[in-house]
Amino acid sequence: MTAAVEFQNVQRHFGTVKAVDGVDLTIREGAFFAMLGPSGSGKTTCLRLISGFEKPTGGAIRIFGQDVSDVPPNRRNVNTVFQDYALFPHMNVRDNVAYGLMVKGVDRARRYAKAEEMLSLVKLSGYGDRKPGQLSGGQRQRVALARALVNEPRVLLLDEPLGALDLKLREAMQDELKALQHRLGITFVFVTHDQHEALSMADSLAVFNEGRIAQIGTPEEVYARPATRFVADFVGSSNVLPPDLTRSLGGPDRWSSLRPESLRLATGPDARLTGPVRALRYLGAGTRVVIDARGTEIAALIPAGQPVPPEGAEAGLTFDAPALHVMEGEK
Amino acid sequence: MTTTAILPERGLSDRLTATFWRRPRLLLVLLLTPPLLWLGVVYLGSLAALLWQSFYSIDEFSGMVVPEFTLKTYAELFRPANLDIIIRTVSMSAAVTLGCAVLAFPIAYYAARYARGRWKAVFYLGIMLPLWSSYLVKVYAWKLILAKEGIIGWAATGAGLGGVLDAVLAIPVIGGNSLSTSYIGTFLVFVYVWLPYMILPMQAALERVPTSMLEASADLGASRSQTFRTVILPLAMPGVIAGSIFTFSLTLGDYIIPSIIGNSANFIGMAVYQFQGTAGNIPLAAAFAVVPILIMLVYLTLARRAGAFDAL
Repeated sequence: MTAAVEFQNVQRHFGTVKAVDGVDLTIREGAFFAMLGPSGSGKTTCLRLISGFEKPTGGAIRIFGQDVSDVPPNRRNVNTVFQDYALFPHMNVRDNVAYGLMVKGVDRARRYAKAEEMLSLVKLSGYGDRKPGQLSGGQRQRVALARALVNEPRVLLLDEPLGALDLKLREAMQDELKALQHRLGITFVFVTHDQHEALSMADSLAVFNEGRIAQIGTPEEVYARPATRFVADFVGSSNVLPPDLTRSLGGPDRWSSLRPESLRLATGPDARLTGPVRALRYLGAGTRVVIDARGTEIAALIPAGQPVPPEGAEAGLTFDAPALHVMEGEK
Repeated sequence: MTTTAILPERGLSDRLTATFWRRPRLLLVLLLTPPLLWLGVVYLGSLAALLWQSFYSIDEFSGMVVPEFTLKTYAELFRPANLDIIIRTVSMSAAVTLGCAVLAFPIAYYAARYARGRWKAVFYLGIMLPLWSSYLVKVYAWKLILAKEGIIGWAATGAGLGGVLDAVLAIPVIGGNSLSTSYIGTFLVFVYVWLPYMILPMQAALERVPTSMLEASADLGASRSQTFRTVILPLAMPGVIAGSIFTFSLTLGDYIIPSIIGNSANFIGMAVYQFQGTAGNIPLAAAFAVVPILIMLVYLTLARRAGAFDAL
């Protein structure tokens, strides 16, 4: 299978700042790929390296097998949905969407027909005459999407595509983007700092930390078997257990992780972790109980309906042996 | 512990704050009255007086102003000699505006896109510095620079380019005896003097164009020149128009530069100066002064039609 995007030991240094520091990455064709990480982790720079707004200071980037190191953005067959949408305020929606065709010299009738087609794809038929300033955030997002798709790119890049939308709209757009990608079959690469978004939308993802990829895999792999402490903590706020605690629970002398939802309350000899309850947070579908187990804070997600110990009380937690995951990426 | 819900008043300042809080419009009225009085009475009042005077005429025998409504004075504007002055001034203003725009754009673009921190400060200083010295001093300095034995002539001769300078000066109409006595010289000094007024609004407009917009254009396949024509220029247009209003109207009204540098052909400003002074023909001076106002109105209307303010 062809790789849509391939990074080979790619580096992007800004002076002494190593924004991207030796990234190897293969995104297969047709993937819905997420680059996940906190701000400053290098994920956005990686996206900009694909679109050509940044030039690598080392390594090679290939798009469908072709080295693009010397190719300017306007000649790369990839398009971007910008975080701030970057719609042209002086053009109406139709001209915005048709822009990519206009600069290619496609005649007016044909480009407007295509723009209308794209607008109906994002469910904005009939909005062609409006100016971007007259649209809501969600509508602007769709226009940006239609504009980026009008050139029929082989790879669509999305920079924090849902960051500026409110929760309800964000969830609706997640489903729509997923459906759209399915329908068009082109490769989507999106950057996000929201692990829920990455897990729910992507079919594979890379977790970035300090300019490097900490882990790469399917959402299930990354969530259930984090490679490092950073991944465990960042993706789904897993409990991170130091080597001595892991050993006392019957594991090897290594760092390990435990998902809050795989822990349940237990008493007496059944309890494998015990300590005073430090914090309680009611989450609707359950309650997050944090206990202090010999200096390590362990959070458990107790489903709604079960009695929860009060703050300060001694509590015990247990789990099934397979839930304890030893992190290979940590010494 | 005893606490009150209301903190004690700390004197006049607190009392004023309370008054303004209770009556929010009061502060607005206080702040706006002086400038509105100035604008209304001193500025608009004198403008109205000017307009009024332009409808009077002068008695040709006695030289006295006849305070009767007539369009006779305006008709005089269309006499060939006066029409020449108007055409000359408008052409010069247009040329100066164009020259300023072309020179200012790269400077404003650099300042808006690339200059950061210290270089930004250097930019502002560099732009503003010429405004710190006297206008007259600058104009006379330019007279020396442009004179036949001036720096430019000397440098051109020294570099073996004397022939080029002579060829430029030999161009009919805009050429002349020397740079300082030609339209070219008048143009150069106008451009120099008004350039900051073009750069600053342009830079402000360009600064408001987010980088992502230029990236989006490139991302969609546009070359640099396409991005310039379809994105940068339309978005910078309000700044270009604002700047051109300055350069155009300042050139339209100026009488010092064309009377010091150039071939002493009359410009509107000079005509106004002469008619209200030595000639004592206040109505014609007023009619001449109305011309730039009308031209600016036409100019703004055309700019608006062309969509120059669409991106505002």
